[in-house]
Amino acid sequence: MTVDDRFVRDFREGQEEPLGTRNEIITGPVSEWATDFSHLEPEWAADPYPIQDDLRGRCPIAHTERFGGGWLPTRYEDVAAIAYDTEHFSSRAIIMSNYRPPRDIAPVGAVPPISSDPPFHHDARKLLLPAFTKKEVAKREEAARAFCHSLIDGFEGAEIVDAARDYAQHIPMRVIADMLGFPPEDGPRFREFVEHALEGVNLPPEQRVANMGELFDYLLEQIRDHVAAPRDDLTTYLIDAELYGRKLDPSHVAGTMALLLIAGIDTTWSAIGASLWHLAKTPADRDRLVAEPELLPTAMEELLRAYAPVTMARLVKEDMHWRGVDMKADDWVLLSFPAANRDPAQFDRPGEVVIDREINRHAAFGLGIHRCVGSHLARMELRVALEVWLERVPVFGLADPSTVAWAPGQVRGPRTLPLRIG
Amino acid sequence: MKVQIDPERCQGHGRCYDLSPDLFTEDDEGYGRVAGDGLVPEGGERAARVAASNCPEKAIVLVEEA
Repeated sequence: MTVDDRFVRDFREGQEEPLGTRNEIITGPVSEWATDFSHLEPEWAADPYPIQDDLRGRCPIAHTERFGGGWLPTRYEDVAAIAYDTEHFSSRAIIMSNYRPPRDIAPVGAVPPISSDPPFHHDARKLLLPAFTKKEVAKREEAARAFCHSLIDGFEGAEIVDAARDYAQHIPMRVIADMLGFPPEDGPRFREFVEHALEGVNLPPEQRVANMGELFDYLLEQIRDHVAAPRDDLTTYLIDAELYGRKLDPSHVAGTMALLLIAGIDTTWSAIGASLWHLAKTPADRDRLVAEPELLPTAMEELLRAYAPVTMARLVKEDMHWRGVDMKADDWVLLSFPAANRDPAQFDRPGEVVIDREINRHAAFGLGIHRCVGSHLARMELRVALEVWLERVPVFGLADPSTVAWAPGQVRGPRTLPLRIG
Repeated sequence: MKVQIDPERCQGHGRCYDLSPDLFTEDDEGYGRVAGDGLVPEGGERAARVAASNCPEKAIVLVEEA
């Protein structure tokens, strides 16, 4: 057996800085959403739905010059068409920012398989699927439930708690840290990595590079620790995994770990927080779920539809005329699953939360080949988090609606959510 | 009635085996599979329709018998 020396040297050493393209960073109030949209401005973070509904009615594929140029489709049919069309739209970058990675980073991308295009995508994704089936993630339910209870035990004596900071964020952090085999006490660092990756989009490029560097320093440290002492977790699994008859490139191992860490945390944190926010301000729904816990799986799908946390991005491959607009090569497309989920052409009463909605073909976990690989895990965490909360804290409300703060950017959920529980 | 899954469309969302576990199951990668021969037992038509109408990929085909 040969020694695995892939991670002895830092795989980033000797790599040239990827060329890519940078553009001017434009921030500040949006004058006209149809021609200057930005999902990073406070108005969008606070309440993007009226903006999306307005656009869907008058300019269903909005444009912006920010981020070097991009499009925002708001109709379900357009979002679905782009999600399915990997021939004209690339996933080589999936966070709309002021930097476009070079074309030759495709079809692998920096964080496979979410950043990968066919045919590589299928093979990289196949490596992960068995670890994320419903059956497999069910094995983690008991530990997740006990952890949720321990968080609520910590509320003892408090009248007001921050459900985002003191409850929602910790649940996916703990679960993914366990799956990857990272120290559970590193949670605060994970939060920093998430904020850097998803909310720091308009920071200066040097700062973004430095922030990503910190994440990959951390991952390399964890990988080396696992090479020295292999164990039964996803990190060791990825270190040992093979594709096309050989072990994965070091950058693939680290990139996939980065993906699982980042995408596994703030998405579910956002879904749990948004669900509790809705129930806190809607006592009728809250009381019904307390009285009818068997309705929760149905209600959860409706909360996922109405408050879908995740928006993805694509890059246009070549200049083309697409459904009435002239897209240029390397234009961004913001793939808003939240906007698709509120399209009246697809859903009755789309703006209302109907917790017993029986037919709910929502796109919260995406559509097509990039369907969220962690969707079964996310659903388990969301269900357990809400079950435990409703069982332990059946009566709660917003302590002060004006202090609720939502994350800007492509993953939207409450980051501050003070609830009165006593 | 018979249920079928179009494997070209199924992406493993798992709504069918979540909602109608008597008619659908999952494979080792989480993709949906028809349980048994896909024949819907009497009284199971509603479960079949619920699964079909919640599949985000519209991958479930209901074959009504003549």
